[in-house]
Amino acid sequence: MTRYAAFLIRRLMQACIIVVGIVCVNFVVVHLAPGNLAEVMAGQGGGADAGYIAALKERFGLDQSLWVQFGRYVWNLLQFDLGYSFRESMPVSVLIADKLAATLILMVSSLAIAFMLGVSLGMLAAMRPNAISDVVISLLALIGYATPLFWLGLLLILLFTVKLGWLPSGGMRTIGVPSTGLAGILDIARHAILPVVTLTVFYMAVFIRLMRASVLNVASLDFVKTAYAKGMSFRQVYAHHVLGNALLPMVTMLGVNVGGILGGSVVVETVFGWPGLGRLTFDAIFSRDINLLLGILFFSSLLVVVTNLVTDLVSAWIDPRIEVSK
Amino acid sequence: MGSTRRDVIAGFAAAGLSAAMPHGLISQGMAQTGKPRKGGMLKMWLAEPVMLTGAFNSTGQIFQISGKMFDGLVSYDFDLNPKPQLATSWEVSPDGKSITFKLRSGVKWHDGQPFTAADVQFSATKVWKALHPRGRSTYRYLSDVEAPDALTAIFRFERPSPYVMNSLAGMESQILPRHLYEGKDILTNPANLRPVGTGPFKFKEWQRGQYILLERNPDYWDAPKPYLDGIVMVIMPDSASRAVALESSELDIAGAIPVSLADARRLEKIPTLTIPQRGSEAIAYQAFMELNLRRPYFQDVRVRQAMYHAIDRAFIVKNIYFDFGKPATGPISYENTKYYSGSVPRYEFSIARANALLDEAGMKRQSDGLRFRITQDPLPFGDHYLRSADYFKQQMALVGIAVDIRNQDFPTYYKRVYTDYDFDTTTTGAFGLTDPTVGIQRFYWSKNITPGVSFSNGSGYNSPAADAALEAAQIEVDPVKRAALFHDFQNIVMNDLPIFPIADAQYVTIKNKAVTNTEVDPFGIHGNFAEVYLNR
Repeated sequence: MTRYAAFLIRRLMQACIIVVGIVCVNFVVVHLAPGNLAEVMAGQGGGADAGYIAALKERFGLDQSLWVQFGRYVWNLLQFDLGYSFRESMPVSVLIADKLAATLILMVSSLAIAFMLGVSLGMLAAMRPNAISDVVISLLALIGYATPLFWLGLLLILLFTVKLGWLPSGGMRTIGVPSTGLAGILDIARHAILPVVTLTVFYMAVFIRLMRASVLNVASLDFVKTAYAKGMSFRQVYAHHVLGNALLPMVTMLGVNVGGILGGSVVVETVFGWPGLGRLTFDAIFSRDINLLLGILFFSSLLVVVTNLVTDLVSAWIDPRIEVSK
Repeated sequence: MGSTRRDVIAGFAAAGLSAAMPHGLISQGMAQTGKPRKGGMLKMWLAEPVMLTGAFNSTGQIFQISGKMFDGLVSYDFDLNPKPQLATSWEVSPDGKSITFKLRSGVKWHDGQPFTAADVQFSATKVWKALHPRGRSTYRYLSDVEAPDALTAIFRFERPSPYVMNSLAGMESQILPRHLYEGKDILTNPANLRPVGTGPFKFKEWQRGQYILLERNPDYWDAPKPYLDGIVMVIMPDSASRAVALESSELDIAGAIPVSLADARRLEKIPTLTIPQRGSEAIAYQAFMELNLRRPYFQDVRVRQAMYHAIDRAFIVKNIYFDFGKPATGPISYENTKYYSGSVPRYEFSIARANALLDEAGMKRQSDGLRFRITQDPLPFGDHYLRSADYFKQQMALVGIAVDIRNQDFPTYYKRVYTDYDFDTTTTGAFGLTDPTVGIQRFYWSKNITPGVSFSNGSGYNSPAADAALEAAQIEVDPVKRAALFHDFQNIVMNDLPIFPIADAQYVTIKNKAVTNTEVDPFGIHGNFAEVYLNR
């Protein structure tokens, strides 16, 4: 237990250093892009005069040197203040919190479904390589991986909204019907079906391919042969020896994807009008809304650091040979 | 978004009836003879705005939503003549230096407070003149607004400002409630996100990334209008999804070129949908190409004329704009009938003439057949700019000019074209709006060569003759003489060609045929929708 504690403390300290580094890198990177928020806001309005732009710059603090802007940003961050988005006229933390639930619904459900289906189908395919089941599953995975998300999304809308009229084409709630409780949850679920399916197809393809390769790899190792030699059945070998070992790379891959959750999926959110963080980030980039962008990047990087930590712990739990102390 | 298959089928059934009648008859006829039906929610697409107040932010989507919650002092007929709205009458003094407005009595803000001349005074002096991107120049010479009584507002100007009478619509010169704004920071006032107006619709709810809900104002001064129960502004970021939503009746109406123009021609054939031909006169949208006159190649007017001869504008309108609009003949769109002039130099499409002019200008072809090499930056909004740039590149190759197209996002484009002047040619577009002094002058007036200001005179055009015509028009009170000055101006710039007018493009709106009375004034989808009703 103390070994775990020491490991945790060391990793947490490393994480802090990484976060500080990320804060600096984020700041530099977002300022490398030409143009700024004041110009974009004035430009989209059209026909503003120079005084108007100067007034906006002063208001947004863009007339200060980069060092002063950086100092202000870090000082605010130390007080857990992510700053104010002048474009959206709202504090950054409120904007992020606003879209967090929608993002989590979309990303967590697709990842969870994709992970479970990916593990099962990948396993199924690898158990009888080159059999019909393997060919079908592998082909599906290939198609899923190669299909552009926006195209799949639009096709699903054409089928289920335009032709069949079963599901809404976009949005997250039925507008103007304030539904709460179970009705509200069902309403959101109905709206979530198409975007979740679209995203699941993509993630699932990744997981299937990885799981299949991983199972095939483990199945050829010596300890599996030994297990057969001991007289274990096919089923026992896979359940006790292959599955656990094959899961390791899957956990790592899941960790990578979970780290990216806060980024949302710009494509799926755009096609289905889903009010998530991906779209918010996208708009922030193209309007040079630096405060908002830095806030989202900061949050995402925190999540990546935390997920990496958790992934390592889970891996160690699945496979005791991975020593946490080293 | 609760569209069901039933809605779609109902829509087709209605369309079946209408298909029996000539197309023009049905859309026109309903607007005039049909008795307005009360009730129903209108589902309209809107790109998500950053705020809902247009008094100091002139972004396109705010223009669309804000005018439904705020009436202006006046509205306009199709010839852009003012009609009473919040002002019942007005009188411009003979010297043009003052305008006296008599205000409508009994008008209330959505929170129940009375609307008075003090609101007009506050908005004009503290908001439009100080903070509105265009208002800062429109109201530059406004010295004061007097409010001798609650229903009289007198605008005093240092110099005559005749264009002011053309800029008073509710979305352009928006009157804010003084009691909510005075003494507080205007730019961050919470009322910018939950506006309180005087218009036919009241703000109800804004779910970011999803929708904005407006509900009927039961105390509207022009009872029994508005006819609708409310408007849902649906936020849908993807144009292909918007096309599907229009097709499946999940959206009733979408403006500001909501789908690609090719898709618009496809949707037009769907029996439930229609594309109104009127309702963008006040927008007077034009696509054009700017030339950076600082470049040595472009100094000789014959080079510019040659390049313009090589661009077949009819081809562009037909194949890139899918016949939405007309080939442009000058800086002012034909839609602005009050000031448009057709008697300007025309440059017929002729590659031979272009090559001859370039030879004459001494731009000889090198051994590789090229005369010179330039860049082209299309404005990154909408693919018609990009496709026009591609066409430009092809045509220039025919006359020995190599073109490199540069794609970039808007902030980069902006910095290149309007801050650093690091460009050769652009493909872009802008609203001409209701008055050339407000909408057109910015691209041609030498005093508007202002680094860092977007949609200003980026080409660096500096012509004393054009300046003189524009400046005289700024203060000319006589409407006939003022129009004549703008005719001169059009003639001058079409001789000089600092900018290539390409297409007077239609600012396409697509709507369900059940949506009636959206084109009752030149603002169309930007109008206040008090008269709109659903015929289903």
